[in-house]
Amino acid sequence: MLSLERVSKVYRVGTFGGGQVRAVSELSFALAPGEVVALIGESGSGKSTVGRMVLNLLPVSTGSIRFDGIALSDLRQGDRKDYWRRVQGVFQDPFSAYNPIFKADRIFRTLRAEFFPRVETGDWNRRLDGALQAVGLNPQQVRDKFPHQLSGGQLQRLLIARALLLDVQLLVADEIISMLDASTRVDVLNLLADLKARGMAILFITHDLGLANYLSDRVIVLYRGCMVEAGPAEAVFENPQHPYTRMLVAATPRLDCKWPVSDWTPPVGEGEGLGCVYSARCPLCDGQCNRPPVPIETAAGHRVACWRVADPGH
Amino acid sequence: MTPSVPGREFLYFAWRNGKLRFGLALVLFFLGVALLGPLLTHYPPLAYLNPLGAEAPSATYWLGTTCFGQDVYTQFVLGLRAAFLVGLLGGGMATLIGMLIGFMAGYRGGLVDEVLNVLTNVVLVIPTFAVLLIAAAYLQVRSVLMECLFIGLTAWPWAARAIRAQTFSLRTRDFVDLARLSGMRPLKIVFTEIAPNMLSYLVMTFILQFGGAILMAATLDFIGLGPTNAQSLGLMMQTAVLWGALPLGAWWWFIPPGLAITAIVGALYVMNVGLDDVFNPRLRERS
Amino acid sequence: MSLSVQELRVYYQTLHGEVRALDGVSFSIADGEIMGLAGESGCGKTTLGYSLVRLSPPRRLVSGRAVLDGEELPLGDPDAMRRFGWKGVSIVPQFAMSALNPRRRIGGMIAELLAARKLRYLELLPELERRLDLVRLPAAVLAMYPFELSGGMRQRMVLVLSTLLNPSLLVADEVTSALDVSIQRAVAQLLAEFRDRGLVKSMLVITHDLAVLYQIADTIAVMYAGKLVEKASADVIIRAPRHPYTRLLISSLPEIGARHARCRLKGIPGQPPSLLNPPLGCRFRARCPAVSDQCGEEPPLREVAAGHQVACWQQPC
Ligand SMILES: Nc1ncnc2c1ncn2[C@@H]1O[C@H](COP(=O)(O)OP(=O)(O)OP(=O)(O)O)[C@@H](O)[C@H]1O
Ligand SMILES: Nc1ncnc2c1ncn2[C@@H]1O[C@H](COP(=O)(O)OP(=O)(O)OP(=O)(O)O)[C@@H](O)[C@H]1O
Ligand code: SF4
Ligand SMILES: [Mg+2]
Ligand SMILES: [Mg+2]
Repeated sequence: MLSLERVSKVYRVGTFGGGQVRAVSELSFALAPGEVVALIGESGSGKSTVGRMVLNLLPVSTGSIRFDGIALSDLRQGDRKDYWRRVQGVFQDPFSAYNPIFKADRIFRTLRAEFFPRVETGDWNRRLDGALQAVGLNPQQVRDKFPHQLSGGQLQRLLIARALLLDVQLLVADEIISMLDASTRVDVLNLLADLKARGMAILFITHDLGLANYLSDRVIVLYRGCMVEAGPAEAVFENPQHPYTRMLVAATPRLDCKWPVSDWTPPVGEGEGLGCVYSARCPLCDGQCNRPPVPIETAAGHRVACWRVADPGH
Repeated sequence: MTPSVPGREFLYFAWRNGKLRFGLALVLFFLGVALLGPLLTHYPPLAYLNPLGAEAPSATYWLGTTCFGQDVYTQFVLGLRAAFLVGLLGGGMATLIGMLIGFMAGYRGGLVDEVLNVLTNVVLVIPTFAVLLIAAAYLQVRSVLMECLFIGLTAWPWAARAIRAQTFSLRTRDFVDLARLSGMRPLKIVFTEIAPNMLSYLVMTFILQFGGAILMAATLDFIGLGPTNAQSLGLMMQTAVLWGALPLGAWWWFIPPGLAITAIVGALYVMNVGLDDVFNPRLRERS
Repeated sequence: MSLSVQELRVYYQTLHGEVRALDGVSFSIADGEIMGLAGESGCGKTTLGYSLVRLSPPRRLVSGRAVLDGEELPLGDPDAMRRFGWKGVSIVPQFAMSALNPRRRIGGMIAELLAARKLRYLELLPELERRLDLVRLPAAVLAMYPFELSGGMRQRMVLVLSTLLNPSLLVADEVTSALDVSIQRAVAQLLAEFRDRGLVKSMLVITHDLAVLYQIADTIAVMYAGKLVEKASADVIIRAPRHPYTRLLISSLPEIGARHARCRLKGIPGQPPSLLNPPLGCRFRARCPAVSDQCGEEPPLREVAAGHQVACWQQPC
């Protein structure tokens, strides 16, 4: 349904657009109906940028994104609205997704005006209440309030409810659970799982490997815009290959044991490595890592971009 | 086209806001004087009425007379009328052009932005007075409307710049993307999502343009490029100063126009601060 | 005793009435204690954090007092509270990391913030550099713009900034939520290190992430709909919670490696009550599996074991 081919994004920054930030490089993956793919990576690794490109809010720099075979860059104004009827997103920062001078529930009115002009008020209110309850919100508590009068989690769930009202085929969920408490989080995840069972595809963006594993079929681990590891969720989680993924799995806080005091030093190197993007932080880095690694397939569908994985000494 | 913040609540807060009430009352007062004042006088504004020359306010001459014996009240109310006209039309036009160009450049970005930027800069550096002198040479009779047009066409660049910068920073906010995801068209997004957010800013732009237009008109009048045979507050003040109203102690001659200009611009400013509190739901709760 | 809060009630004033976001919250944080605060989204955690720093309209102090190091905080008076800000109680707000002004260099921004407190940037610079070194940031970051830093670097920067004046209490609101697990660990351990080195006397760490709290917090307090329902040491809260809400909350945490297809986790059915007109009696009543007639009356927060307080009628005293 959705396919990305060698997609890169370069932002121009600074005066006269002189500087460049390489946010995503050469990313390829595909998404089928009813499939959940998780994008995992640290802050600034380009996850939201991918989400925005898939939502057709941001043009790609090179490469192409196709939905049902049609490249997004070929869509015209009229087609775009059709596209957004089928593909919707929930943004990461709930505080900036609302126009601060209007009531928060205006997002629903806009949606109705643009997509459902013919639905009657009574019917619409029923649908709306249903969607709000599906995300665990008390309609009375959130209606008729300004964004600053609601908490982060409440705002975020309103956005999810908005996406639910449109019966979309693909949902881009950008860190939608990072603001929610454990029980609400589970409700939202289960809700997504039900939607998935009904055939909705989800691009699930998160920094939490454990939650990605709970819901998704496949995961893609990004580091500084590059894919470092991709594969079936269980395989990546239980048998991580790339040093970065390994470190992520090892650093996951657990409830059954506390972090030992001494065995772990926080990542020091921050800069981008030459060649392999992870080389500045990587404990296994050696001479060959100053060339960009070529992804190799270690098991069916499990790809890793690291020179040392192929090494016998690894 | 800009929708108001949902009706009743907005009015409720607007009414509760002291600054807004105060500013509005003052502006309305002067507007009333400008509209109704001329009906109460039967003196021609430039006739030499009082043989004694400058004289303090009295029952016959409500605001006294100038050193030529002209009635200050008549000149004042007519000048006030002209001031509102220039402010409203000239300032309004400058604001509108500024908004149009600012929104377009800021929202579209890219090439559109660059072209408009060049245009803005060109207008900004054109020597306004030179153009005006040339125009004046060709036109024998100049009306107040032409003055408005001239001010409107030359004063917009800084407004456009400021609005562009604001639009630019609002455009990157997620709620604009959300509106796009909802299938809204760009024009609608500008007017229903972006403009309301800078409403108080737009009003402030208008107020500054309004005040600027009045001051600009006064300057033009002074150098003889103003409208032929019309009254204005600027002209009154300049003549007063020129003919020694200060050393003469003829305060009634220069204080009314000066006070009126200051009070109107000041009241508009206070109103704007008040509006900010009302537009911004966060600030609203402070009061 | 570093901080003690008694019967704090803070309401939001709205056109529709008062939102009772904090309704009688009492707790204390000892010297050197890191207290975690968890609870359902929208239950008033951020409100609590802010109330200890700046209680400006529309937040309204209805009742309650807070004592910090033996000195009463003038909670209801924002101007007097300024004196305590940063030195007494310092806050890292939710999303502080993304709220850095993108147009200012970090150093310039800090100088500005310090100037607002009548402090000299140059005088504090050596200390600032020492602190940056502590969190393993190069001093060069001061000359950089926020977007040049990664999320983890920015968050560490914010931490250094808010602890620069050695506050007695640091309120950290969701400081680890947006970070990947490795950086999360670094930041969390940094919080503990700040405490160990005595740079901060005690901390209130607000987060949804109970697993992170378990790692660094000494005690965990759980809030529900504007009230504190349970407080105990981290181990007890995770392993032997007593309050029905806490139990359900803990049981909804995914096990390591849990997958939806194999075992579906269960949330808590129902919704939290509206804080505009909260129901009488226990606020968890409508969703509670252990509800009884007695729950129509409000359960007080009682000590059920040493250092373990629960607000539920079903608990033996
Ligand atoms: N509009 C922009 N202009 C310039 N650079 C940008 C812009 N948006 C993002 N970037 C840069 O691109 C990189 C990727 O950003 P992105 O927001 O996609 O990351 P992310 O993985 O979503 O991070 P987070 O977890 O913090 O949301 C970052 O280095 C960021 O600074
Ligand atoms: N300015 C306001 N006016 C009215 N109600 C408000 C205001 N700010 C917050 N609230 C309400 O107060 C309650 C507590 O909000 P708060 O932000 O403290 O929640 P929180 O526990 O921090 O939630 P989250 O975990 O989602 O950040 C919420 O129900 C919210 O709707
Ligand atoms: S007091 Fe009653 S309703 Fe409340 S948590 Fe305890 S048992 Fe449940
Ligand atoms: Mg992001
Ligand atoms: Mg909060």
